[in-house]
Amino acid sequence: MTRSTLLLTALGLVFVAGCNRDAGSAASTDTPSASKKLKIVYIPKNTGNPYFTEVNKGFEEAAKEIGADFSTTGPAAADATSQVPIIKEQIQRGVDVIAISANSPDALDPVLDEARSKGITVITVDADLVGNESHRDAAVLPADFNTVGTSQVELLGELTGYEGDFAILSATTDAPNQNAWIAKMKETLKDPKFSKMKLVDTVYGDDEPQKSTTECEGLLAKHPGLRGIISPTSVGLAASAQVVDRAGVFPGGPHATGKGLELTGLSTPNQLKKFVGTGAVTAFQLWAPSNEGYLAVYLGQAIHLKKVIPAAGADFETKKLGKVKFSSKLELIAGPLVKFDKSNIEKSNF
Amino acid sequence: MKWFARRETVPTILVLLAFIAGAIESPYFLDFHYLLDSSSLYVETGLLALGMTLVIVSGQIDLSVASTMALTACTAAKLLALGWPTPVALLTTAIVGILLGSINGLLISGLKLPSFVVTLGTMAAYRGAAQVMLGAQSQKIPTNLSGIDFVRTLGTPIPLPLTILVVMAILVGLVLHRTVLGRWIYAVGTNNRASLYSGIPTAKVTVWVFAISGGLAAMAGTLIDSRLGVARFDHARGLEVDVITAVVLGGTAISGGSGSILGSMLALLLVALIRIGMGLANVTAEYQLAVVGTLLVITVIVGNLSEKIANSRSRRSPLAPSPTLTPSQEPHP
Repeated sequence: MTRSTLLLTALGLVFVAGCNRDAGSAASTDTPSASKKLKIVYIPKNTGNPYFTEVNKGFEEAAKEIGADFSTTGPAAADATSQVPIIKEQIQRGVDVIAISANSPDALDPVLDEARSKGITVITVDADLVGNESHRDAAVLPADFNTVGTSQVELLGELTGYEGDFAILSATTDAPNQNAWIAKMKETLKDPKFSKMKLVDTVYGDDEPQKSTTECEGLLAKHPGLRGIISPTSVGLAASAQVVDRAGVFPGGPHATGKGLELTGLSTPNQLKKFVGTGAVTAFQLWAPSNEGYLAVYLGQAIHLKKVIPAAGADFETKKLGKVKFSSKLELIAGPLVKFDKSNIEKSNF
Repeated sequence: MKWFARRETVPTILVLLAFIAGAIESPYFLDFHYLLDSSSLYVETGLLALGMTLVIVSGQIDLSVASTMALTACTAAKLLALGWPTPVALLTTAIVGILLGSINGLLISGLKLPSFVVTLGTMAAYRGAAQVMLGAQSQKIPTNLSGIDFVRTLGTPIPLPLTILVVMAILVGLVLHRTVLGRWIYAVGTNNRASLYSGIPTAKVTVWVFAISGGLAAMAGTLIDSRLGVARFDHARGLEVDVITAVVLGGTAISGGSGSILGSMLALLLVALIRIGMGLANVTAEYQLAVVGTLLVITVIVGNLSEKIANSRSRRSPLAPSPTLTPSQEPHP
């Protein structure tokens, strides 16, 4: 026991010595914050998600244009609280702007408040703090929430001739944007135009390829006559495309029942090129995610340098994206939805 | 050479290395206040690890700790939202935690089921119950009860959660290392049948360790509620893996019978320092996981090797003065 006590004492000494060194070095400002460059960090929902890699490209592009010191880091899994330690670390690193795709609308509030109390500008990107908007300075959203759900249902209707049972394969149960879209889809279905379309199931793949694959296989087994699946998440749609392709239940596929199952949703074009080629996916939609990152950098800089104070109805202008208006919740919309199919998919490269 | 065989030795050395590595990796690491503040993120894991140490030393495993924590977190939030007075709500939450743990203990000892299977079941069941209670929604915590991680301990810069963890670690350490129950826990974990035949109430010991684990999980559940300001069914999802990692990294034998509270706490400190250091250097989470995983494997290998070396030495030494000793008299480790 005495030996381990000794070791512990030694540990304590190193700890104290370290703290003293810090106190001494604080005055000499050897930390990188001495440079005057704007320090921006982007925290995606999780790392290794191609969608956020694309958002990140926009960040890099704009950061290069304005000469900002940009970095990105994220959690391994998109759990509600997984971004909390990362935000704490960024506060400690002394960043000026935190751009974050929030994994939870409320669990991050205390730590984001802490960041803002230290003068850090907080911009939510792609996923907002729905219902808790006062905990960030402004938001950059991919598309008008009110039109995504409607556009997706409209697209599926177009593909299926406005009839048949369909299901939704979403991300996590508490992803704010996903839930907003699903709510809007349900609302859209009340329109008599969609009276022959019926939402029979909503499942959650947690934005994990394996879970999404399992959930999609489950849908096919549970609803043999399914006419459509909407997966408004890039991970979910890519995983489902693999399943539908393998099962051959797509229109014209070897195991299609009736007119076949139309799989659609939101995804980056590169991920689905193969499946548009095989016919597993006819058409899907997306905005340009890089525009979100691009807009967030300019917005973050402007707010941090107090050049812009976000106000409902005010304009915000960038050279590349032109004028966009702040909504009542201080959101900026980065761009409209684009439809991708055989006609244009080879021309896009992201 | 006795210290070499102590299972805490490896984690202690690693803690020192992690500290030095953190300082080299990032200029923001050596900041006393920041490190103290960051401790709040690991206190919940620490509380669960205390209970888990008892459970694993007793030869069992508790996969349901994180789910118990989530269910109690939801219970506390729900009771507070229903207008229960704070002390009553928190006490009830603690009792719920102890009950949930006791259910595990009773199923394992009463029905003679393996703890892995029982707690795998309750892991899903408790999480499910939490989701039934709150759905996918968050339940807000009254503002006067949120933000415990910003409360300091009696004028010191030490955050209150860290103090709570240290106090609980000392208490649980006393139970494990200084009481009859503690000796029973080691005995049951070393050889359950032999313990039973020597008059130890093994079933009771099992219920006790799981009840303590449940109670500590309830405490962690209340802390996470306060820290995040909301209760959710998916609080602490997957945290049982971090907890078991800390306990095993701290030198507790997964087969039971040996381990210490000090070891688990050192390992938790190690994991925290690694994560904080790498996080400040903007090393993404998957690399952090890879490093922690590798360390776990190395620690287990080194721990086993040093134990073997120590055993072979201690076995040889008593033989030296009396070479007439017959093999049957040789002390078995």
